Amino acid sequence: MFLLKRPRKAQLYKIIMEFNYAFSYSRSSCATSLKHNSTELPPASREEAPQQELLKWNGWGYNDSKFIFNKKGQAEFTGKRYRLGGMVLPTFKEWIEKTFGASLEHKTTSRASLNVNDVPPSIVNEEFLQDLRATKISYSQDAEDRVFRAHGHCLHEIFVLREGMFKRIPDIVVWPVCHEDVVKIVELACKHNLCIIPFGGGTSVSSALECPEDEKRTIVSLDTSQMNRILWIDEKNLTACVEAGIVGQDLEKQLAESGFCTGHEPDSMEFSSLGGWVATRASGMKKNIYGNIEDLVVHIKMVTPRGIVEKNCQVPRMSTGPDIHHFIMGSEGTLGVVTEVTIKIRPVPEYQKYGSVVFPNFERGVACLREVAKQRCAPASIRLVDNAQFQFGHALKPQVASIFTSFLDGLKKFYITKFKGFDPNILCVATLLFEGDREKVLQHEKQVYDIATKFGGLAAGEDNGQRGYMLTFVIAYLRDLGLDYYVIGESFETSVPWDRVLDLCRNVKERIVRECKEKGVQFAPLSTCRVTQTYDAGACVYFYFAFNYRGISDPIHVYEQIERAAREEILANGGSLSHHHGVGKLRKRWMKDSISDVGLGMLRSVKEYVDPITSLETKIFYKALHK
Amino acid sequence: MAPPTARCPRLPPPRRTRQPGRGGAGPWAPREAAAGGRAARRGRAGERGAGRRGGARRTMATATAATPGRARRGAPMYSKELTSKKRDEFEDILEERRLSSDLRYAMKCYTPVIYKGLSPCKPNAIKSAVLRSEQVQYVIKQLAKEMGESPDIIQEEATEILDEMGHRMQLGAVRFFAFTLSKIFKQLFQRVCVNEEGMQRLQHAIQEHPVVLLPSHRSYVDFLMLSYLLYTYDLALPVIAAGIDFLGMKIVGELLRRAGAFFMRRSFGGNRLYWAVFAEYVKTMLRSGYAPIEFFLEGTRSRTAKTLTPKFGLLSIVMEPFFKREVFDTYLVPISISYERILEESLYAYELLGVPKPKESTSGLLKARRILSDNFGTIHIYVGQPVSLRTLASGRINRCPYNLVPRHLPQKPSEDIQEFVSDVAYKMELLQIENMVLSPWVLVAAVLLQNLPAMEFELLIEKTLWLKGLTQTFGGFIEWPDNLCAKKAVLSGLTLHSNIARLVDGHVVLNDKGAEDGAVGEIVFRHALAVLMCATYRNQLLNVFVRPALVAVALQMAPSFRKEEVYSCFNFLRDVFSDEFIFFPGISLKDFEEGCFLLTKCDAIQTSQQEIYPTDKGSGTVSFLSAMFRPFVEGYQLIFRYLSKEMKEAFTEKQFIPGVRNFVFQHLEKGSTQCYEALSSDMQKNALSALVQLGAVKKKKMPNGFTYNVNQEAVSKILDMFDARIPVQKPVAARL
Repeated sequence: MFLLKRPRKAQLYKIIMEFNYAFSYSRSSCATSLKHNSTELPPASREEAPQQELLKWNGWGYNDSKFIFNKKGQAEFTGKRYRLGGMVLPTFKEWIEKTFGASLEHKTTSRASLNVNDVPPSIVNEEFLQDLRATKISYSQDAEDRVFRAHGHCLHEIFVLREGMFKRIPDIVVWPVCHEDVVKIVELACKHNLCIIPFGGGTSVSSALECPEDEKRTIVSLDTSQMNRILWIDEKNLTACVEAGIVGQDLEKQLAESGFCTGHEPDSMEFSSLGGWVATRASGMKKNIYGNIEDLVVHIKMVTPRGIVEKNCQVPRMSTGPDIHHFIMGSEGTLGVVTEVTIKIRPVPEYQKYGSVVFPNFERGVACLREVAKQRCAPASIRLVDNAQFQFGHALKPQVASIFTSFLDGLKKFYITKFKGFDPNILCVATLLFEGDREKVLQHEKQVYDIATKFGGLAAGEDNGQRGYMLTFVIAYLRDLGLDYYVIGESFETSVPWDRVLDLCRNVKERIVRECKEKGVQFAPLSTCRVTQTYDAGACVYFYFAFNYRGISDPIHVYEQIERAAREEILANGGSLSHHHGVGKLRKRWMKDSISDVGLGMLRSVKEYVDPITSLETKIFYKALHK
Repeated sequence: MAPPTARCPRLPPPRRTRQPGRGGAGPWAPREAAAGGRAARRGRAGERGAGRRGGARRTMATATAATPGRARRGAPMYSKELTSKKRDEFEDILEERRLSSDLRYAMKCYTPVIYKGLSPCKPNAIKSAVLRSEQVQYVIKQLAKEMGESPDIIQEEATEILDEMGHRMQLGAVRFFAFTLSKIFKQLFQRVCVNEEGMQRLQHAIQEHPVVLLPSHRSYVDFLMLSYLLYTYDLALPVIAAGIDFLGMKIVGELLRRAGAFFMRRSFGGNRLYWAVFAEYVKTMLRSGYAPIEFFLEGTRSRTAKTLTPKFGLLSIVMEPFFKREVFDTYLVPISISYERILEESLYAYELLGVPKPKESTSGLLKARRILSDNFGTIHIYVGQPVSLRTLASGRINRCPYNLVPRHLPQKPSEDIQEFVSDVAYKMELLQIENMVLSPWVLVAAVLLQNLPAMEFELLIEKTLWLKGLTQTFGGFIEWPDNLCAKKAVLSGLTLHSNIARLVDGHVVLNDKGAEDGAVGEIVFRHALAVLMCATYRNQLLNVFVRPALVAVALQMAPSFRKEEVYSCFNFLRDVFSDEFIFFPGISLKDFEEGCFLLTKCDAIQTSQQEIYPTDKGSGTVSFLSAMFRPFVEGYQLIFRYLSKEMKEAFTEKQFIPGVRNFVFQHLEKGSTQCYEALSSDMQKNALSALVQLGAVKKKKMPNGFTYNVNQEAVSKILDMFDARIPVQKPVAARL
């Protein structure tokens, strides 16, 4: 029987994780890197979260992981952290040239390092520093530390890092190590009239971390990264209480040691933090099994200027007026600092399997996903990528090792395009991830493939599926490569009722193409989408958009205009302002229309009660632009 | 199938305008490349016979489907180019037909350019898609529930409606028409002229987005004219909204159906099933890009050759898929079809005088074949710039009224949307007017009508030439045939229109045959007939002249030259004539300013800070302009007088028309008025509806139609305003 060959759960999970993201990041190797003005170092007992030393200062992810063109002019992904690491991608260069009209000869270079002299000075009053020192909480006024926490990962932020400097950045960074530290910091902020911006993983894509230029008070960046312990695990109720600063991959890794997982896997999970997930209403890839953050959270503890907000019990559901969790989730750091979260956990699944289905066109694919959602049999993850994204994924195919594999690939291609008559420029692919115990997974797999067949789908193998998921983790690295060659890009998302999915996808993509043309972009942009989550009543759609900006004097401005047009198109097509990225400062102009005047007023009044002197930065959406 | 006729006119390969700096290596979307390839192939096919069209081709570089200025709430989307704009040149498509075989032309290889995403389907497939659609099914279920009937019965009813309505476009019928229309057109018309650049723009538009063709409607000839044209240029044939009355014609109705006509009942406001089926039928064809959709904004043929105020129903249907974002965009293409001599001119005049319109019938059509021996001059078709609905709507429709209700539910459009639809309708009609070709005869008719009963020929020529200059100043689009000298042009107009006017002893007189002898009544009738026919041609100028002319009339009406007073009078006239002429809604001040600007441009008036006054030099122009509109000013007064004096009780339109006609007739017989045009039922109806809008007449819906109640006092007040006995009370715009 197969049973004999089954690896142990924990072991398997490890395999899965490596398979999946293959982070081999090692804790012991990273010495503390925090630079402190004070003499005190963080408590030695603490293990450090991914340090900024390991991460790029002007781009996405780890320093050692990036796309490059090697001496032969072939694309290659460096480092050993990802499965793609060290592999050559033979068709990628051609794809880039064809898609963007980019050329390897036209290169831009980022500044090699941060120019400390450009950085706005740190203005902190001495009384506060004295009080802060008394608390023994570590802090830093170092330029690099402050710049690192002055931004998220929006395109314009990265662009500024590469070529300019922010006008306003935090004046001081503090590292609380526990809930009590946060209480003290918030009290001090109120006392000294400072402005706090909570900082988790720094992966925001909504300009939420951007410091308002006109903020005259001292801005304190409250970095939660040192609050990263799992406080307890309750196996009877399958919950765990975790400090909010823990980063996704550490949380899963540590839970896995006890045989558990949360199953919450946003694409940024290598870097984003639990507190950040709560603050932005995050959504994970495998939400079909585990749920989104609002389904996962059992209890939240948050420190506000008004005091601590929490519930008196840890129950699955309660009817006690509007759920205060729902004020906290999505508050994007404007109401307080989330310090501890009790989150549901599950035993690590025994078996995981990727899969993929080719559809003759996008319409059929969407119809299939809709049917899967209707029958409520969606696998852990099911995504439908359009043709452009399929080709994109294809371009990231590593060099094939053996003639046999390449022969097989050719045969597959022949079967699909010639025998089945799929047009390679129209077909699209759904990628699947099944999870659970083995029998059920196989059964489930069959059910889903049967539905797919009804919509003209053809099973296309595990490999294609897996590569699809890999793309999500390396896409952010790709943007950095693009930036080197005059290509800028970004992703954005929305949620939309089922019946409008097709119209929305088509119109938004078309709008992007048109806007690019109108704004003088010289080559047709990459404008592609995928249906990335399915729900009973609709779907989440994710867009990638990138273009070659050679010949444009102000690419970021042009880019922002196009992104705004795309968002307007989404709204006009019945899509939401955001499914999981949040509003931040980037999308606040639409907040009022999204939730009505009264709705915004409701949020505002909560803000006024909780944080009357706006100790927490509020330029996010309470001051939504009035038209 | 026969090989393509070498000489049939084809569009030359489209030139793509490249933005400067855009290298040749920068391919935009692949779809475009494909389209280019196709067009290039088509271009080669047309190359052989294309030499003589080189001239037209040279000017085609600008053929992109860009759209005019965008609209914003508050700032109207209509702003007329005040400088005379450059217009495309015309090509005669009949010339080709006179040189080569019609049969071969009818059998030519027809592979039209179609919408990019279109997968071709049969007319019946459309019908069944409509029946299956959620929209229709929803209404069927609703009705079944309400009436307690089985859905099957209602479904059956829907099927019948569809069968009555649906077109059955067939290439065979198209070829039949291509053949017969070639023969007929060659017989009737000297030339059928088209702006090829417009066709080129249309070709692009059809590939890009669903297209709605909005031609003007002056004659039955309009009906298949565009189809004929599109066939000639190898473009996708339109489906055409036609009145159900055509189905009354045996054979012909069915033939039209096969040529792409679909039929709508004249009124179906209350019938929800009909509305649902009809709307869905049109939208299904639009959404899929099945074919360009053609309909007449004016709703019916204009009997007076003056553009009728637009109907909104069908327009709002074709706009809805865009509002709901079922399509990315929709192109609206204004098309101006003008006739040097209108086929139905005398029929119209009779009709306006109360002789009923003959019912559409095949035998009637056959009887009408005697006109085949007549000459009807030239037709000019100007295909306007396709207007992107998306561009029009941008900034206008911000909120998304369709987001909160499933899109298949019938939903009454919001006020915003209704207002937008109306604005678009007026904009399209104004674009039609702007591009409507005016023949020399139109000028002759306008001059002649002011100089009845007879006018010296030389003077007529002189005046016509003068009017030509004035018309061009006002932005009118005059096609003066081949640099003909004025005398020859006027003479050729007189020859073509010998039934209206003729030259007697060096004088030009109206041709009111039978008016010399007979009873007084007969004389009046005959004369009225001639005047109305002549007026049909003058009328073509009116919408070009209306703004400056109403300023001129206001100048004469106003008690002083003070700007506010002149504007008040202008505003009053604009309100009174809102159904008579085409004004973009809600921009009275802008219209006034435009009128003043144009009058200043031709030195007719001068303006100071506070005053507007006619110059000595321009008094001729001012009096000509007010004389041009005098029939309307006098006619309306006459009709208003009738209403204020004679109509004490509630009445229907059926009672009103004969009543007012008699009233005017008596005055004409007595000689107390010379305003023959007040006999026109068109003017009478417009005057009544103006009073309804001004609130002086109450219109009430009754089971058997509408009834009207006159508020005598209000009407006489309006009459007093005409005489400027009491000041026109209107809030004066602050910006004046």
